[in-house]
Amino acid sequence: MKKLESWIEHNTFHHSQFYDQLELLKQKEKTGLTISLCIPTLNEEATIGKEIVIFRSELMERYPLIDEIAVIDSGSTDKTLEVAASFGADTYFAGDILPSQGHKRGKGENLWKAIHQLKGDIICYVDADIKNIHPRFCYGLVAPLLYREEMQYVKAFYDRPLAFSQGIRPSGGGRVTEILVRPLFSLFYPELTGLVQPLSGEYAVRRKVLERLPFPIGYGVETSHIMDVYHEWGLEAFGQTDLDQRVHRNQETLSLGKMSFGILQSFLGRMQKMGMEGQLPDMTNTLRQFVAKDQQYEQVLYDIVEEERPPMIEIPEYREKMGY
Amino acid sequence: MPKVIASILDSLPAYRERIQQVREIILANAVMFGEIPSPTFHESGRVRFMMDRFTEGGCQNISTDEVGNAVGIVPGKKSKGHIILSAHLDTPFATSVDHTVTVQTDHLVGPGILDNSLGAAVLASLPAILDQLGIQFEHNLILLGTTRSLGSGDIEGMRFFLKNNKLPIDAGVIVEGGTLGRLSYTSLGMSRGVIDCKIPRGYDFSRFGAAGGIAILNRVITKMLALPTPREPATQLILGSMHSGTSFNTIAKTGTLQYELRSEQVGLVGELTDEIESILSEIRSSTGVELSLKEVARRHNGGLDYKHPLLVACREIMKALNVKPGVAPSTGELAALIEQDIPGVTLGLTRGQNRHMFDEQVEIEPIFTGLAQLIAVLQAMDGGICHEEA
Repeated sequence: MKKLESWIEHNTFHHSQFYDQLELLKQKEKTGLTISLCIPTLNEEATIGKEIVIFRSELMERYPLIDEIAVIDSGSTDKTLEVAASFGADTYFAGDILPSQGHKRGKGENLWKAIHQLKGDIICYVDADIKNIHPRFCYGLVAPLLYREEMQYVKAFYDRPLAFSQGIRPSGGGRVTEILVRPLFSLFYPELTGLVQPLSGEYAVRRKVLERLPFPIGYGVETSHIMDVYHEWGLEAFGQTDLDQRVHRNQETLSLGKMSFGILQSFLGRMQKMGMEGQLPDMTNTLRQFVAKDQQYEQVLYDIVEEERPPMIEIPEYREKMGY
Repeated sequence: MPKVIASILDSLPAYRERIQQVREIILANAVMFGEIPSPTFHESGRVRFMMDRFTEGGCQNISTDEVGNAVGIVPGKKSKGHIILSAHLDTPFATSVDHTVTVQTDHLVGPGILDNSLGAAVLASLPAILDQLGIQFEHNLILLGTTRSLGSGDIEGMRFFLKNNKLPIDAGVIVEGGTLGRLSYTSLGMSRGVIDCKIPRGYDFSRFGAAGGIAILNRVITKMLALPTPREPATQLILGSMHSGTSFNTIAKTGTLQYELRSEQVGLVGELTDEIESILSEIRSSTGVELSLKEVARRHNGGLDYKHPLLVACREIMKALNVKPGVAPSTGELAALIEQDIPGVTLGLTRGQNRHMFDEQVEIEPIFTGLAQLIAVLQAMDGGICHEEA
């Protein structure tokens, strides 16, 4: 596992390494690359305003490191888009992008359609539910791509304190990662265990990679990306940046169960494609959980279908737009 | 109308419009200051952030000092003197409080956002605002983020700076988040005191008949409330907090009372403080308990005259911006300027509510009027308004 140790040493960063944003801007100009920031949303009016204000101020007006900020929404029923637009973000309803491909509801759908809608050579995805938003959430991820040409896909990871005041409880050490993804990777892709938080929602990726990746539209998008990028471009394509603390909503265990179920579907589907499945049973799309009322227990069935989008480069409109 | 401000008044509507171009910078600074906890005596996080902002804004002589103030200078064309623009960096909120700031289309919410994260943000954003307006002053502008302002901080940051810097200072403006229209130019006489009560070991309750720390403090309070506090000139006794006892069935052995006395009458705060000392002495001797008074902050009466040209200019500027002046004496940093005979005012930047509560709010839209007002007042000072004949 020397390769993995070397990767951890050379491809793991801390955001403070890129604190000098003027230097970063000079490096960006040297590379000639353009950068888009994409924030996928669904009912995020409480936090979206702050994200837009901070990113616009710090990364567009002070130092024009990013060339556009776009909010791609799955159909919010609150004021998410109104708030985002009022502070100068470009706002889109995912269903209006590439209408010929239809509209599927899910975060992965927004990320996938962003590739068609946004202009940048690098797209940085940042979730909208971050309470302690800071420009590092973007520049910390983009910077390695500006300095290291061989790097394609940079993921965030965080310090996750277990004790926190005022009743906010961070996600307690990434439960799905630790209970599901890390054991799976340890079994089948040991090199990928170097990623501290493979499921983090913040990452920056080069367009030439994004346009060649299929996108599960649901929970499996991050896991499948990691497997696909690893398969196609190898471990060296990955970087990861420590962004310190991330404060966000805590999810209930039942929600994490759904997430895990989606991730498992993506994971096993990929293993099949890569010929690693062995004697796996047929997969169903139904997850079974329990709810309790007094002393009675009921089984609740969830149909969680991990639909998938093809690589963007296979879409005729996209090929035409990009002149391929 | 003072000559200096005639041309400034014409520029005001344009200022308001153009400052909106840097709206995100100002708001982002307000959010970032707001999310750095900064209880009095522990302001170092905000000081560091402010100095970083001064560096990025091209300020000179960026430094901090023994009490932790953040200082940066926007150099003037002629360096003919100095004007101070100051905002205090401390808040009454403990570090453990959730300092998250929320941004909505028309307002920001978060502890300390009104008092005084917005003021700090304006200081940090000032180089960008001046750039946007194409303004360079004749005077050097000292941007001063002060520490140790609130409570027992006793405006020590500002006092230290004024006492120890060697720069000639012509005038000063203190900015506070709220409220737009605020025009403070006098300092109230003020004294903040902490009364500690302690029941000695082996105290004979049957002999003295008092029922512990709470009852003793109750006697102190009753007598304090009987002190003569005239309505004119306005004089006020504020009982701020009281802590005593631990349970239902144990007599309180200690107690602490915090209060503030303020008065527009010169010397009255001192006289009333002497009276409080007498009350404590009397109760001490009649009950045998230990009672002490510690004064943790003191301001002296003073300030500018209503007809001072600076105030005439301020009122004209507010009138031109359709802002109604709200005159109120200050117990903040302005008092330190007054102690040093430096002409100055305290101005508010916007409307807000829930001051010193966890959901403190500031409105976004009025900020641009508040900033246009601030820039115009600084320009008037730069043009020598403080030296014009009344």
